[in-house]
Amino acid sequence: MKRSSLLVLAVVVILFAISWILKANQLSATEENYILEAFLITFAAFLTLSVLSFLYKDNPFYKFAEHLFVGVSAAFWMCLGFWSTLVKNLIPRLSEGLSEFFNEPYMPGDYNFFFWIPVILGILLLMRLSKEHGWIARWPLAFIVGTTAGLNFVRYLRSDFIEQISATFVPLLIEWQGVGHFFSNFNLAIDGQFVMMLSNWVIFVGVMCGLIYFFFSKEHTGVFGTASRVGIWILMITFGASFGYTVMGRISLLVGRLTFLFKDWLGLIS
Amino acid sequence: MPPAIVNFIAGQVGVQQLVVSGTSTTAQTPPSHPRAAFLVLLIIISFTISAIAQEPADTAAFDLPDERPAPPTSVVVTDFKYDAGNRVDITWVPSIDDQPELTLVDGYTVYRSANGGDYKLLDSLLPGISMYEDEEVTPDSVYTYYVATMSGKDTVQSVVTQEIRPEWELVNFDLAWLFVIAVIISGSIVWFIWRARAGADLFVRKIAGLDAVDEAIGRATEMGRPILFIPGILDMDDVQTIAGLTILGRVAKQIADYDTRIRMPVSRSLVMTAARETIKASYQVAGRPDAYSDDMVSYVTDEQFGYVAAVDGIMVREKPATIFLLGAFFAESLILAETGNSIGAIQIAGTARPAQLPFFIAACDFTLIGEELFAASAYLSGEPKQLGSLKGQDVGKGIAMLAIILGMVAVTMATAFEIDFFQMIADGLNQVFSTKAE
Repeated sequence: MKRSSLLVLAVVVILFAISWILKANQLSATEENYILEAFLITFAAFLTLSVLSFLYKDNPFYKFAEHLFVGVSAAFWMCLGFWSTLVKNLIPRLSEGLSEFFNEPYMPGDYNFFFWIPVILGILLLMRLSKEHGWIARWPLAFIVGTTAGLNFVRYLRSDFIEQISATFVPLLIEWQGVGHFFSNFNLAIDGQFVMMLSNWVIFVGVMCGLIYFFFSKEHTGVFGTASRVGIWILMITFGASFGYTVMGRISLLVGRLTFLFKDWLGLIS
Repeated sequence: MPPAIVNFIAGQVGVQQLVVSGTSTTAQTPPSHPRAAFLVLLIIISFTISAIAQEPADTAAFDLPDERPAPPTSVVVTDFKYDAGNRVDITWVPSIDDQPELTLVDGYTVYRSANGGDYKLLDSLLPGISMYEDEEVTPDSVYTYYVATMSGKDTVQSVVTQEIRPEWELVNFDLAWLFVIAVIISGSIVWFIWRARAGADLFVRKIAGLDAVDEAIGRATEMGRPILFIPGILDMDDVQTIAGLTILGRVAKQIADYDTRIRMPVSRSLVMTAARETIKASYQVAGRPDAYSDDMVSYVTDEQFGYVAAVDGIMVREKPATIFLLGAFFAESLILAETGNSIGAIQIAGTARPAQLPFFIAACDFTLIGEELFAASAYLSGEPKQLGSLKGQDVGKGIAMLAIILGMVAVTMATAFEIDFFQMIADGLNQVFSTKAE
């Protein structure tokens, strides 16, 4: 390790220690386990700053935070999968003895034998560890992909197809009493006739042109091409609005981290 | 008035009287004495008024009649339709005393009798609730129910419901039109697959981003850098992940042909297994099974941002020349795309999540928008099965466009000009394109 790196490391360690001591001193009046609490807050602040240091460039502190995060989360998800899926859901339906062993209430049922199917599929998935019988692992995968496609077909047909079509059955003329009445009562109120009609026209034209853009069986030329270009323009305008909306949401996440740093760690804001 | 207060006031008055009588002996009444007497009088009046004001409330509290809340009414039990006969719904009109300001009703209890046996408690519910789903019934038994209003330890029960035997209904005829539409679209897909297999030339228009795939892989080969493939963060039960892996098959074959390296960190163990199988099959098709290695695909973690941190690290350390982001993405989309952009990689992204598409469009070189992701594999491979599927989906889009135009015309004419014929068409279309089952 270079001397400069050692120097930076030493400075960070010293700053960490000072921060820990000061925080512990601050918490000693209110917290019982103030030393541990101060360590956790300081360590969380250190990890936050380590991750943010990636904005400058890749560095050992980011690597440390990254590897810690990956390692801890991978272990956490593995434990969660074991305790919540196998122990909580599967074992109580299959074995009374094992349920007692894991201190889980046994859940007998007439159709519990169905739960042997995922057990068998899981074992088949593990067969890929064997060089000779690794091909068997493809069967449970095929089962998962097939059932996913089948179940989602009905779900998406209802939510993304049928319901979208019926939602587009909108009248293009609202409260219509003739052209003269329309112009004589013209206004831009949000619940006015013009704005409501414009809204329905945008929905109708937007959906039709969007569908034409995603129609792959015909070359996008002529009138079809023009409608397709209108479709992609409408999509881009929608994406622009969505971009701004989502970025605002992300800013709130940043505000959350900064609040932690300035309030919980440094105590600069109350 | 409470005796203690009376005594206290009496004491005060006594003291004042003593003072007054003591001073009266001198026959010189000081000017302050009438004021003191007036003050005492005021105190007495104020205590008296406050005591009188409290008395009715106290009396009311003691005189409350021992009221019991009214029971729930109109208790009805119905069989839940289109299930395996394992659910019945009990509904009721809450007690008239079930009002937040009265606090007389503590909740409801539901009781059930099976085959004429004793009534057993099923559940206790909070005030204001008027429905209960009993999912522990079987088609071979007859049940009756009653609901009771709880008030402290007291309960007031409703009348007993009529008998019900849950039934097993196999077919939901309310969704008949959904079935017809599904058959038309599925039939179109099968028919186009059959035509493609018979050698018919099925046209598919050019998809902009996909023409760049060959170029992007070639660039990585020339630069001697790896290709990074990110299949999103969802599992194999998401169609976008499946679409991403389908494209991976085509990309991996070309990578095998060009003898380039591929790096694929994944966040789900099943995706890892499926991706390994896909790449392995592609290398075999390319005639280079020896070049395949399980290390091409590695599991990182299920945790969303842990995965992102690791992928970002891989990007800046290994500097891939080409990055594919094809699958389901959430908040990590911009982080990944921006990091990829910062290292100068060619990025081809695709997702069907509308909220993430803007970030890919902003930070990637080519973006497959929604349906294009699913069409990509058919476009790239030209396989009859996938082409037939794509053409069948276009039939569905054609049906949608026709229905929307017809529906729009019918609704417009019916509302603007009140023409019965168009109202009839609008009602018919709403019935066909309705997914609300009983």
